[in-house]
Amino acid sequence: MTPDEAAVRLDHVSKQFGALKVLDDVSLDIPKGKAFCLLGRSGTGKSVLLRHIIGLVQPDGGKVFVEGRDITALKGRELGDVRKQMGFLFQNAALFDSMSVGDNVAFPMRRHTDWADGKIRETAQQKLAAVGLEKDFDKMPGDLSGGMKKRAGLARAMALDPSILLVDEPSAGLDPITAAEIDELLVETKRSGTTLVVVTHNIPSARIVGDDFGVLHEGRLLARGTLEALDASDEPIVQAFMRSQGGG
Amino acid sequence: MFVSGQCGNCYCSRLVIITSRIQLLSVVDRTGTSVLGLFEFVGALATFGGRAVVEAFRPPYEWREIIRHLYQFGYRSAPLVVTAGLAIGVVLSMHTRASLERFGAEAMIPAGLAIALIRETGPLTAGLLVSGRVGAGIGAEIGAMKVTEQIDALEANAVDAFKYLAVTRIIALMIAMPLLTLMMDFAGIFGGYLAEVAVSGMSWQLYFERAFGYITYSDLIPATFKTVVFGYLIAVAGSYLGFTTSRGTEGVGEASTRSVVMGSMLIILGDVILVKIIFFFYPPVSG
Repeated sequence: MTPDEAAVRLDHVSKQFGALKVLDDVSLDIPKGKAFCLLGRSGTGKSVLLRHIIGLVQPDGGKVFVEGRDITALKGRELGDVRKQMGFLFQNAALFDSMSVGDNVAFPMRRHTDWADGKIRETAQQKLAAVGLEKDFDKMPGDLSGGMKKRAGLARAMALDPSILLVDEPSAGLDPITAAEIDELLVETKRSGTTLVVVTHNIPSARIVGDDFGVLHEGRLLARGTLEALDASDEPIVQAFMRSQGGG
Repeated sequence: MFVSGQCGNCYCSRLVIITSRIQLLSVVDRTGTSVLGLFEFVGALATFGGRAVVEAFRPPYEWREIIRHLYQFGYRSAPLVVTAGLAIGVVLSMHTRASLERFGAEAMIPAGLAIALIRETGPLTAGLLVSGRVGAGIGAEIGAMKVTEQIDALEANAVDAFKYLAVTRIIALMIAMPLLTLMMDFAGIFGGYLAEVAVSGMSWQLYFERAFGYITYSDLIPATFKTVVFGYLIAVAGSYLGFTTSRGTEGVGEASTRSVVMGSMLIILGDVILVKIIFFFYPPVSG
């Protein structure tokens, strides 16, 4: 795969926090328009890897390319331009609690478009309707349940129709029905041509959403491939993972 | 562990000396670490404050956020400041009367009160009140945003979180502080009038003529504008502690408390330097 064909490319990325090596020489290509699911136990560096892709964390070594641009070399407005092409759904949604749900979704549009307020409001309403929250525009984040927050977070992440959507533990802390709803929304997002990078330890959820998979263990990419390839892996940790039915 | 050298043994005496040297080294080591930590903290705080000044002049200018904070910090602090000003005016007037009566100088009560309020009591008290109300709020709000990943969410949405959260608050408080100080000054003078009218029945017109008769622009303007620096110090301390919050809700509480303590300390220390500077440019007139 050439750098231009990859939506995201990690090239020998390493990261250490104090004495703890979180990412150890990780190289990875994520093709455009596909859903890549990064699997692994808690605390193996999955979320840190996701944060590297959007430039929230800088690698100690290696490079991160997003649609061909090396974001480790970017700062300020240039980095902002790359970030505008991406959406990020945080594990706890990270909605701005001083704003209503509608204003949260409208926030990226208010910041980065010159649309009239009426159009922004209408688009925010549509984005909320797409995740089933059309009646909750004026509610405050504190009034929403965990699943609703996640859906609102997804609506905000999709506000500017990003080409890449980064998702951190979409089903964590949710009941199976709500988790399935979120998975369905992610599948719909993928169908619209958005590249998905999903970090999860929920295998059933990953099976529904993912096209391509990777297993991260102790900072290293232990396995990479399709569902079938990972199911057939000899690696004991990969086997244990792929056989698991739980998650959340 | 061997702690006593009373046995008179030479070997034991040496052990005592070595032990006490180790203890001394340990104290030096701990003190050194604390001092270095303090320098590191002051350096980081100064860098944070300096960066805020630089970023304040760079576009985009977050007017909407600045106005929102101006409302939060200024308008919503006004009732507290005015109430405190009134009370301070009443109390100062009573104390001043008690002192000046001894010398038969009751006529100087309005002027003495106005000078004390405008030059020092108003700015410093307003600063301390705002440090308590607003400084704590800044530390807690930014700290809570840090631990709930809202700051990361801002950055992920291509927004400069430092500028959006810290710089806007610093600018807003720098604007709000002199306005709040003026409110406190005038509320205090009015409080003094209420106390005075209750005791001596002095007319409104006479009171204000006497109060403002001795006040010059060099009393009012430097003392009021020094609170711009107070606003800067309070907001920088709160924002810095908010941005460096860790350890969840416990950390948020700590950031809030430390914001008040540090903001108050900074404005008290800053006041000493600012008064010195004001006296350099506007030497106090005697007689």
